[in-house]
Amino acid sequence: MTTVDDIKCECGHTNPVGTLLCEACGNPLQKEDGEEFPDMRYDGVSRRSQTFSRTIVDKIWNFFSSVRVAIILIIIVLLASIIGTIFPQEMYISGPAEQVYPEKYGIAGEIYYKLGFHNLYTSWWYITLLLMIGTSLVICSLDRVVPLYRALKKLPVKRHLSFMKGQKVYTSVSLSQDKEPVLDQLQRSLSKKGFRVVREGYSLVGEKGRFSRWGPYINHIGLILVIVAVLMRLIPGFYLDEFVWVKEGETRKVTGTEYYVKNVEFKEEYYDPEDVPEGVDVEGRVVKNYQTDAILYENRAADTPGAPPDLVEVHRDQIRVNHPLKYKDLLLYQSGRRLNEVTALNIDLIHLEREEVIGPFTLDLYHPESEIKVSEDTTVRVLEYFTDFEWTEDNEPRSKSPDPNNPAFVVSVISPETPAGERSWIFLGSTLSSPDGEPVYGFAFTKPEIADVTGLMVRKEKSLPFIYFGSGVVMLGLVMGFYWQHRRIWINFEGEEIQIAAHTNKNWYGLRREVQQILQSIDVERSIEQLSKGGK
Amino acid sequence: MIAISSNLLMLAFVLYLVSFIAFVMAVTGKKWSNRDPKEHSERWGRIGFYLTAAGFLSQLGFLVLRWIAGGHSPTSNMFEFMAFLSFAIILAFIILFLIYRLPALGMFSLPVGIIMIAYASVFPKDVQPLIPALQSYWLYIHVTTAALGEGVFAVGFAAGLMYLIRVTDQSQKQRKPWWKRGTTWLEFSISVVLMLVGFILMVTIFSAIGYEVVYEVTNETGMTSEVTYTLPSIAAPYNGERITDEGFGPFITTPGWMKGVDPGRKFNTMLWSVISGVILYWLLRLVVRKRLAAVAQPWLRDIDPAVIDEISYRSIAIGFPIFTLGALIFAMIWAAEAWGRFWGWDPKEVWALITWLFYSAYLHFRLSRGWHGSKSAWMAVIGFVVVVFTLVFVNLVIAGLHSYAGV
Ligand code: HEM
Repeated sequence: MTTVDDIKCECGHTNPVGTLLCEACGNPLQKEDGEEFPDMRYDGVSRRSQTFSRTIVDKIWNFFSSVRVAIILIIIVLLASIIGTIFPQEMYISGPAEQVYPEKYGIAGEIYYKLGFHNLYTSWWYITLLLMIGTSLVICSLDRVVPLYRALKKLPVKRHLSFMKGQKVYTSVSLSQDKEPVLDQLQRSLSKKGFRVVREGYSLVGEKGRFSRWGPYINHIGLILVIVAVLMRLIPGFYLDEFVWVKEGETRKVTGTEYYVKNVEFKEEYYDPEDVPEGVDVEGRVVKNYQTDAILYENRAADTPGAPPDLVEVHRDQIRVNHPLKYKDLLLYQSGRRLNEVTALNIDLIHLEREEVIGPFTLDLYHPESEIKVSEDTTVRVLEYFTDFEWTEDNEPRSKSPDPNNPAFVVSVISPETPAGERSWIFLGSTLSSPDGEPVYGFAFTKPEIADVTGLMVRKEKSLPFIYFGSGVVMLGLVMGFYWQHRRIWINFEGEEIQIAAHTNKNWYGLRREVQQILQSIDVERSIEQLSKGGK
Repeated sequence: MIAISSNLLMLAFVLYLVSFIAFVMAVTGKKWSNRDPKEHSERWGRIGFYLTAAGFLSQLGFLVLRWIAGGHSPTSNMFEFMAFLSFAIILAFIILFLIYRLPALGMFSLPVGIIMIAYASVFPKDVQPLIPALQSYWLYIHVTTAALGEGVFAVGFAAGLMYLIRVTDQSQKQRKPWWKRGTTWLEFSISVVLMLVGFILMVTIFSAIGYEVVYEVTNETGMTSEVTYTLPSIAAPYNGERITDEGFGPFITTPGWMKGVDPGRKFNTMLWSVISGVILYWLLRLVVRKRLAAVAQPWLRDIDPAVIDEISYRSIAIGFPIFTLGALIFAMIWAAEAWGRFWGWDPKEVWALITWLFYSAYLHFRLSRGWHGSKSAWMAVIGFVVVVFTLVFVNLVIAGLHSYAGV
C-alpha cells in the first residue's frame, strides 16, 4: 500500500511516511544540511508516535510511548515508595492508626496519617501510577515492536556512503592490491568472530546477536504479565489471608475455607549445645524448631446448609517455620505459639441471694461462643470480647492486639429473673458487675483450661504461578538484552577505498576491538581512538 | 576450622591491600624516569591482578571452610553478609578487569571491597546456630544472588566515581554557586567514603583499648535494659541513663522515632562516622592542599572517558539482571515460602524495589542522547549509595522483618 505521503529515496525505494533512513540504502531522507545523523536505534524506521500527533488518540499514544514519560513515572513511584518507608505502614503497627501515629511520631506522624501515607501502597493514586506504568509498557512496546521488526527483518548489504559515514564507528582504508583476496579474508575474519556474513558484489555485511534486540520487549511483556497477575488477586477467591489459633488436640475450622485442621502436637525444640558444631556459639537457649503436627480434613457436608460437619482426612504434615503445609491451593504457615496458656476460663454461675450454683460454663479465649446455655432457663450471652484489653485515653475499652494477652468479656445473663439480661465484665480472675442495682448473679472461677496453642496463618495465593511465570519472562528478556549485543559491520569497496562502518546497540568498546582485529587480519592498524571518531 | 577460615579472610584482606598498592603503582608510576609508560602500567596491572586473584581464592577458602564448620551458608548474619558482599565486589571487579584491562579500575574498585571486609569485621563474628526463621535455603539463594548483583553495582559505582574525577573541571575560576559545582559534590562523595573508613577506624581503635559505656534504657512499657556502647557516647539512648561513671558525654539524646535494636547506640555510631570522616577528609586536604579529586585527576588523564563511561554502564547492565533475580524474584519466592505472601511492603522489600526502580530509570536515561557521561556517572554513584543505604540504614532507622542481622 502506498500513499502520497510516502517518501521516495534517490535509490528508487519507496519508504512509508515517517521514515528517517531509507530502508533499502540507508540514505538519510529528511536530513537538512548540518543536521545530525538520525538516531540508529530503529535504523530510522517510521514510528507511529513520531509521525502523528493530531487527534486525542495520537496524543495519548504519544504520551505513553515516550521513554521520558516512563522515566518520570518510574521516578514518581520511586519517590512515593520512599515516603511509604518513613514510618511503618498501618499493617505493621498495632492499635488504631489515628491514635498510634500522632502518639508515636508526633506532629509528623499526624500529618502522615492525615495524608493517608499509612496505607500508601494500596492507595488509589499509587495503584494508578502502577497502572500508568503498565499502560506505558503496553503502548511503548506496540509503538516500537513493528518498526524494530522492519529494521531487523531486512539487512541490505550495500549502504549509502552518508549512512556509512553517519555511523559511530567508521573508517576508510585505501587499497592498491587485488580486491577479491582482501574481501575473502575479511569475510573469513567476520565469520570466525561469529558474524553471519552476506556478500553482494563488492560489499559485505556481518551481523550477530540480532535476537538480543528483542530482550527489552520480552522483559516488558514479562512486567505486564506480573502486573496483570498482581491485579488478579483482586478477583474473589484468588487471595486469602486469615489466621487460626488451634489448641493441642483440638480440631478447628480453617477460617475462610471448608477445611478443618487438627493440632495433634505442638513442639518447641532447642539447640543442644552438644549437637552444635565446634566453634558455633550457643549462648543461652537458642530455638531450633517450632512445629505443629497437623491433620487437615475436608468438610464433605459443606454444601448442605446447617448439616453437621462430615470430616474426611485429606492431608497430614509437619508445619514448621519456612515449611508450610500445602494442600491444593491452601497454605498453612507456622506463625505463632503460646505455651502453657490459659485457653479457656471455667466459671460457675452463682445466684447470689440463694448462694446456689446455677451451673458451670466455659469462656473460650480463642473462639468464644456467642451464647452458652448454663441451665434449662439460663443462658450467658457474650456481648463483647476484647482479646488484649485496655482503656483508651477517652475511657473507651479497646483491644491492643488480636492475641488473648489480657482477655475481657462483656456478658449478659438471661434468665426468667433477668429477662432483659444482666451485664457484667469478666476479666482474667476478676469480675465487675454493672453499677445499677444489686446484682442477681455472680461468678466463681474454677481451674482454667491450659494448653499449648499454635498459631497458623492461612493463605491462598492463586496468582503465584502467574507471577513466577511473568518473572521468568522478565529474566529471559533481561538476560537476552544484557548479555548479548546486536552488532553489525558493513564493508564496502568503492574504487581504491575500503569503507568500514559498524553499529551496536551497546558496548561500543567491544565492537571497536572487533573491528580493530578484523582490520588487523588484512594488515591494517587502527587504534581504538581512531575508531571512536565516527559520525555521532 | 573456624579459626583457619578467619585467618584466610585476614589474608585476603592483606592481599587486597597489597594489590591495591600495585594498582596505584600501575596508575601513578607511569611517568617515573627511565620507564616505558605502557609497559610499566601493564606490568604493575598484571601484578595487581594476580594478587587480587590470590586474595579472592583465599576469601573463597574462608567461605567454604566457614560453611563446612558452621553447617550452613555463611550469609546468615551481618558479618557474614558484608564479607560475602566484598567477595562479590572483587568477583565483579575481576570480570570487568578481564574485559577492559584497565589498572585504574583496580585502584578504585579494590578499596570498595576492602572497606566492606573492614566494615564486616565490626560486627560479631561468631557462627550462630540458625533460628527457625532463617532455616530456608531460599533465603540464602536470595541473599547471595542479591549480594552478587550489588557487587557488580559497586564496580559501576567505582567506575562512575573514576569518570567524574577524570572529567570534572578542577579549575578554580567557576562562576556557578557552590552547590551547583561538580567539584563540591565530588568532594562530598569522597568524604562519604571516608566516613565509612572513619567508622571502621574508630570501632577498631576503641575496641582495641576495650572502651565501654553502659546505659540503662527504659522502654515504652516501663521495662529497663542495659545497652553497652563501645564508642564514647555523644548521643544517649532515648530514655537512657548512664550507669558507668567515668567517660564522656552524652551531649544529646537519640530521637525517639529511631527504631530497631538499640537505636541509640547506632545513632551514636553514625555520629562518630560522620565526625571522623569529616576530620579525615580535612586532614588529607591539609596534607595535599588541593581538592582530593584534583589530586587524582592527572593520574587518569590518559584514559578515554568514553571507556570509563562504558565500564560503569556495563557493570550496571551486568548487575541488573542478577539483582532483579536475587533481590526481587528470589526474595518473592522466599517470602512466599516463609510468610505465604510474595510481597508485603516491608521496608526492606520496598527499598529493594526502590533500588531496582532507580537502576531501571538509569537504564532508560541511557537510551536518550545527552545522558551518557557525567549525568549517568552520578546516577551510578547514587545508585550504589542507595544500595548501601538499604543494607545499613534501613536496619538502623526502620525495623522490618528482614533485620535478621540485628544491626
Ligand atoms: C518498571 C518498569 C520498567 C522496567 C524495569 C524496564 C526495564 C527496561 C530495560 C532493562 C531495558 C533495556 C535497557 C537497555 O538495553 O539498556 C528497557 C528498555 C526500554 N524500555 Fe523499559 N522498563 C520499564 C518500563 C518502561 C516503560 C513504562 C516504557 C515506556 C515508554 C519503557 C520503554 C523502554 C524502551 C523504549 C526501551 C528500549 C527498547 C529498545 O532498545 O529497543 N520501559 N526497559
